[in-house]
Amino acid sequence: MDSPKRPAHWDASKRLVLILMLVWAFVSVGCSILFVEQLNQFKIGHLPLGFWFAQQGSIVIFVALIFIFARGMDRLDRKHK
Amino acid sequence: MSVEIWTYLMIGTTFSIYIYIGWRSRVKDTRGFYVAGQGVPAIANGAATAADWMSAASFISMAGLISFMGYDGSIYLIGWTGGYVLLALLLAPYLRKFGKYTVPDFVGDRYYSRTARIVAVIAAIFVSMTYVAGQMRGVGIVFSRFLGVDITTGVIVGMAIVACFAVMGGMKGITWTQVAQYGVLILAYMIPAVALAWMITGNPVPQLAFTFSDVTERLNGLHAELGFAAYTEPFVSRSKLDVLFTTVALMVGTAGLPHIIVRFYTVKDVRAARYSAGWALLFIALLYTTAPALAAFARYNLVSTLNGKSIAEVQSLDWAAKWEKTGLMLFEDKNGDGIVQFDNDRAKNEITVSPDIIVLSTPEVAKLAPWVIALVAAGGLAAALSTASGLLLVVASAISHDIFYRLIKPTASEQQQVLVGRIMVIVAILVAGYIGVNPPGFVAQVVAFAFGLAAASFFPVILLGIFDKRTNREGAIAGMSLGLLFTLAYIVGNKFMGMPAWCFGISSEGIGTVGAILNLVVTYGVSRITPPPPEHIQHLVDNLRNPAAAIAPASAH
Repeated sequence: MDSPKRPAHWDASKRLVLILMLVWAFVSVGCSILFVEQLNQFKIGHLPLGFWFAQQGSIVIFVALIFIFARGMDRLDRKHK
Repeated sequence: MSVEIWTYLMIGTTFSIYIYIGWRSRVKDTRGFYVAGQGVPAIANGAATAADWMSAASFISMAGLISFMGYDGSIYLIGWTGGYVLLALLLAPYLRKFGKYTVPDFVGDRYYSRTARIVAVIAAIFVSMTYVAGQMRGVGIVFSRFLGVDITTGVIVGMAIVACFAVMGGMKGITWTQVAQYGVLILAYMIPAVALAWMITGNPVPQLAFTFSDVTERLNGLHAELGFAAYTEPFVSRSKLDVLFTTVALMVGTAGLPHIIVRFYTVKDVRAARYSAGWALLFIALLYTTAPALAAFARYNLVSTLNGKSIAEVQSLDWAAKWEKTGLMLFEDKNGDGIVQFDNDRAKNEITVSPDIIVLSTPEVAKLAPWVIALVAAGGLAAALSTASGLLLVVASAISHDIFYRLIKPTASEQQQVLVGRIMVIVAILVAGYIGVNPPGFVAQVVAFAFGLAAASFFPVILLGIFDKRTNREGAIAGMSLGLLFTLAYIVGNKFMGMPAWCFGISSEGIGTVGAILNLVVTYGVSRITPPPPEHIQHLVDNLRNPAAAIAPASAH
């Protein structure tokens, strides 16, 4: 049932998940909460940057992350068929 | 036509659509009843998940809460969207590969244990019932507020509608009504938000108006004049640590909610599960990026129109007079100077506004036509009913599938299983309706339970079940039970028995994070000092990780 290439597929998908989860943590916990005061010294449009991350930016990035994951897994599925 | 006639018309039309869809999606077999025949397209499942997820609280209360909390309201925004990344990357594709009907199914099979299955059933029922009570109450409240019928009648109407499509169509009926309900609720949310953004900033896109107009800066200015902390100022009502833990608890809890997880069982294959998580979050993000914009605009509008006016001037505003009558808005000239003012000091504050008004009053504030007000009522009902139906199916299937079929009568025929399923849906609706009519005093506070308990029970054991082959029965049972008990005890102690928040000052909303970490550590640790799981389980895990391999082998028996 397991073709020999399968562990490679699993390793590659774990790597992809790890990278995307780091971005996720950086945006959600980092930019929006831990470093919000520092980022608030900058502005995007008329909003403080940290505040913008917490109420707009992080949500948009979350959506992008899931689609990047789905695309990336498509590529891995094809490569390790 | 009056608002009332429009409201009857709008609610009547949408309810007829839901019942029609339920009737069109009648099902006869368990696969249709529990997982909609596993043929739901990715985009449709995304819309259904979004409606399943966005409850009466998201629709009616969230923007209002943010409006009053400013930056600190971000816990809901990040927490309730960030969890989808966890779900999409770490759980959904693998659970779809597993391909069974419920969350306790996965826990019971992966951990080859009746005890683990029973613990999971108890957690699923507890989490879902606490959550559904609030939804039924929400249905009643929308009815009473828009049509003046009493809350009990409203709850009973809501129960009857859910019963119609859930009993006939099971998961299939629920899925397709949720797709329709998403359409209703997002229209109802966006139209007033766009109108308000246009009215206040001249930019019709709420997200852009929020970022690129100076409304929030002006709001910060108004706050400074009144002696409030700036709207964008972080950590005013909660410490940084508590914001962090609460956000993580909401994220992990979101990824562990059984009624969301089961939605990913309904799609065609693993690939569809990945994409439908993306669609779900995109559909959710549409509302969740609008809510903070609406919150800031509404707050600005409230403060700038009401503050410093005389009582007579305030009461000449139609919407202010109307909401004052409902008791959700209160004006009292405490210092007798003839005008009303906001004040940071509660004893001096003269304008009291319930957070629930922010969304409900927007159409009137923006002077929109009566049909928009009616649409908002229909949207609130769609949000409450879609979430309630998803939750009720989880409760029903936990009893009819996991207890009756898997533990008591494995020989039951398809017809018997579906019949028991339908009966359990009715029982669950009756119980939920009863709690909706006679809410225990703490109903408003129990959302903390649902997320905290889902975070502390399901997420860690499902995660380790997929990513760590060595995790075994002993570990999972110990971890789940301990995580559940710790979180339950902390919330009950802190909320109801006056226990101080001894755990670094973390509130009961945030304690689920600690429970989840505890669960993770205990599950991992206990697994390492007890025998490894049997070989066929290790094969099952290999199979889950491989999207192309044949369907996972059945459990031990």
